[in-house]
Amino acid sequence: MSIARGFPSRSTAIVGAATYGIGRCPGVSAVDMAARAGMLALADAGLTLSDVDALYTSAPYEALGGMELAEYLGLTPKVVDCNRTGGSAFEVYVQQAALALEAGLIDCALIAYGSNPASNPPLSVGMTRQSPWEAPYRPLAPISSYALAASRHMHLYGTTRSQLAEVAVAARRWAQLNPEAAMRDPLGIDEVLSARMVSDPLTVRDCCLFNDGAAAVVMVRADRAKDCARRPVEVLGAAHAVTHREISSMPDLTVTGAAISGPQAFAQAGVGPADIDLAMLYDAFTITPILFLEDLGFCPKGEGGRFVADGAIGPGGRLAVNTNGGGLSCVHPGMYGLFLLVEAVRQLRGEAGERQVQNAELAVAHGNGGVLSSEATVVLARG
Amino acid sequence: MTTMIQPEAEWRAHLAEGRFMIQRSRSTGGHVFYPRIVEPGTGADDLEWVEASGRAIVHAVTVVRKKDPADSYNVVLVDLAEGPRLMSRVDGVDADAVRIGMDVRARIVRDGETPLLVFVPA
Repeated sequence: MSIARGFPSRSTAIVGAATYGIGRCPGVSAVDMAARAGMLALADAGLTLSDVDALYTSAPYEALGGMELAEYLGLTPKVVDCNRTGGSAFEVYVQQAALALEAGLIDCALIAYGSNPASNPPLSVGMTRQSPWEAPYRPLAPISSYALAASRHMHLYGTTRSQLAEVAVAARRWAQLNPEAAMRDPLGIDEVLSARMVSDPLTVRDCCLFNDGAAAVVMVRADRAKDCARRPVEVLGAAHAVTHREISSMPDLTVTGAAISGPQAFAQAGVGPADIDLAMLYDAFTITPILFLEDLGFCPKGEGGRFVADGAIGPGGRLAVNTNGGGLSCVHPGMYGLFLLVEAVRQLRGEAGERQVQNAELAVAHGNGGVLSSEATVVLARG
Repeated sequence: MTTMIQPEAEWRAHLAEGRFMIQRSRSTGGHVFYPRIVEPGTGADDLEWVEASGRAIVHAVTVVRKKDPADSYNVVLVDLAEGPRLMSRVDGVDADAVRIGMDVRARIVRDGETPLLVFVPA
């Protein structure tokens, strides 16, 4: 197999996937949760801990979390990573693991994450410092940064608060079909609009949850995937773009790095947005899926608000988006990107129960990190 | 060893003296903010301090809401006439009255003991 367009398309597959502890997961540590999800994903694949020779994680409170998880599991991996591209880290790991697998550097990659800030609030948030160029103006981190991007989108394209609210309502309607989702009460547009304003134009219902959860996936080369326990999910493309750290340095507040990573990942995959059956788009705030729908090419720039109107991304809509209920209504423990991949795997395997997208063959999982800073796109196919 | 500029410290020293300075590359002519040791993108390291005109336009705005509406405040991104964009706030106007496209000009105020760059309607 060769690496065309910078990626070994269809050379690797996700063969195991799991979540654990979504909602509240008290009495344990973050690494306990990552380990539990990792073991569940290995069992799902019909593999064992001794098969794993590469470990990718992003510990919520521990900068050296890669070593921590290797020690915890008693592994001596050939590759360990604990990258710091925020919620997009896990889509980046799919890219990095695929390249390492294709090169023969590794044979089995475990990507695992756990975090329980709701049950076990961190004593200190020591992982990042506030920018000295922004902190004096007291933006709410990270909400105000996304609010500034939303204000610009509304100004340029006429996007409305009701259209933003459509994203939250669609996520809730999907969550109502997902027994694992944390927030399943009915939610209407008016409730989103009348919820407590946090940082204009975003109300508390435009913001993702902050709850507990763990997830993991296992990757091997495609030839070995055939021998695993479950139907493999092929990795067709994966690309990444970082454009800035702080919102004041974002080159264009209405165009994210997804406009770079998306077309690259689709070119690697040999498919386009029109072929996609499921779009898992990181919904930290209601503005983010709107930006990603545009930047990934599901609609023209500026049309995202109109694209999501009238329930278009909810159950029965024109495009299935965030079928697990998303970060807005299912789970968001700080870095959500791995849950996008797990839901895509479940849909492509046809095991999503009431929320199953019929004949789901192709999915895109798009991770976001920082404040629209790091964007990573993965294209997956039913094997 | 060549002497390296101290970007943030020098900028703050200028601000303390009542001057809003930005950097400009002698070779490319490009303006830079926040201060750093090279121009982003080009890598040009011939940056010199120049006084900013202070003229700017509000590029994006949010209002951080507090329980007591009187405590709510705006946070903006402004585009300087010279090009760079930065975060700040607009003083001298109701938090809710700040609009994208509004002409503003720089002002240095005191935030406790610390000088702070803000903007006011032009």
